[in-house]
Amino acid sequence: MTDQPFVDIRNVAFSYGERPILKNINLSIPKGKLVAIMGGSGCGKTTLLRLLSGQYHPQQGDVIVGGQHVNRMTSKELFRFRRGMGMLFQFGALFTDLSVFDNVAFPLRENTDLPESVIRDLVMMKLSAVGLRGTQDMKTAELSGGMARRIALARAIALDPALMLYDEPFTGLDPISLGVIAHLIKKLNDALGTTAIMVTHDVNHSLQLADFVYFMAGGEIIASGTPQEVLKSEDPWVAQFVNGAADGPVQFAFPATTSVAADFGMEIARV
Amino acid sequence: MFDASAASLRKLGAWTIDTLWKLGFASRFLLSIVMQSGHLLLRPQLVIREIFFAGVLSLIIIIVSGMFVGMVLGLQGYNTLVRFGSADALGTLVALSLLRELGPVLAALLFASRSGSAMTAEIGLMKATEQLDAMAVMAVNPVARVIAPRFWAGVLSLPVLTMLFNVMGIIGGYYVGVVLIGLDEGSYWAQMQNAVDFHDDVMNGLIKSVFFGIAVTLIAVFEGFDAEATAAGVSSATTRTVVTSALVILAMDFVLTAFMF
Repeated sequence: MTDQPFVDIRNVAFSYGERPILKNINLSIPKGKLVAIMGGSGCGKTTLLRLLSGQYHPQQGDVIVGGQHVNRMTSKELFRFRRGMGMLFQFGALFTDLSVFDNVAFPLRENTDLPESVIRDLVMMKLSAVGLRGTQDMKTAELSGGMARRIALARAIALDPALMLYDEPFTGLDPISLGVIAHLIKKLNDALGTTAIMVTHDVNHSLQLADFVYFMAGGEIIASGTPQEVLKSEDPWVAQFVNGAADGPVQFAFPATTSVAADFGMEIARV
Repeated sequence: MFDASAASLRKLGAWTIDTLWKLGFASRFLLSIVMQSGHLLLRPQLVIREIFFAGVLSLIIIIVSGMFVGMVLGLQGYNTLVRFGSADALGTLVALSLLRELGPVLAALLFASRSGSAMTAEIGLMKATEQLDAMAVMAVNPVARVIAPRFWAGVLSLPVLTMLFNVMGIIGGYYVGVVLIGLDEGSYWAQMQNAVDFHDDVMNGLIKSVFFGIAVTLIAVFEGFDAEATAAGVSSATTRTVVTSALVILAMDFVLTAFMF
């Protein structure tokens, strides 16, 4: 991707204590593009999102969004930066003590001085955008998983963010809800001109939606390309992931230190 | 033998470091709550809402417990005092026991069990379901929006609940002593009025409850905020809130009593 990057991650490394999670990550995303980051569980995708939102700080490298170094911001600067950002969490993370209306109104009430009448109009517009007008008085406990995810999406776009982060937006959804969410992500991205980063396992929908795809494994970016390039890729890792094959460079089985015979008590365990 | 001793020493060292780290974290957390509380002056409804959950919903348990504690004090007090021919001093005994010790301590223990545990569970679950993260990503500080209102609600509620506990206890003692046993009503109140000093007894008891309110609510919100983001983590944080609060209340009561009386 050669355009001027809106999101630029340079030589980033991050570890939890002694355990390295991300190693020398480099990626750049131009303004207005929707980028998918794919990889197996535990490869560091969500950690990368948390570095972008400033929830974690890298031990090495720079995270730059819109020309601002996120990892060098003070707490005050970070909160100001986050007003231009939205994030859809894996399971929505709706506030369970608030109604649907109050959930979507939350960022507007907390971050703006808009009068309540304007907030009401904005909330109704966002609920309409995700196809859930009429649910405003419902409690979050009354929502299905797909509806909760769409309400969370309405809340995430309440302030018309310049950057949207999606953390596993398709996890645990039925095919209809999944299709609706995928359609909404694309539609909102096109309508708002938002730069979006989507962390996901879902190969089919990601390749349909994204302008560009990065593959991660073992805390590193191991392949990247447009969806067309990815589909044609002969890289064994990409081919295994895209085709969901059991055989390939990524081992399905955990590398156990004892033999099967020892586990079933047929011989003395070797450590 | 040597290995076992070394392992025990290592465990003790790890426990000490962990406890010191937690104490430091809790102190910084308290500072952060105080620093993030300014906005509550402009949005008092956030604290009022939490006062409803922490204070108003604790009224039943405080009223009923206070009444029964007073009734038991009335019975036990009468049985003892009557042997010395001092049954008329029952009002004094009930009032001083409640105002100085039982009221603040028992109200705080009940508050920790009912509201403290609820606060920890609620905050812990908010953490486990990423609600606190979502808030932070929406440029809203969770300490300012979630923790500080609950903290101040607890600090303000407990002294009021303690006063109510004391009043109900004195009424309970009156019911047993005057209504059931038949002591003179005038003596009950007059003896109490003569023996109870507003500053030494009433105010010192209230000061205790303010200290207990700060300690219990800080423990509750801290344990919730620090809980491991799993079902088991929230459960053990809730247990820690009740156990730690009980121990801190009793230890603090001893220290405060030594200074006050």
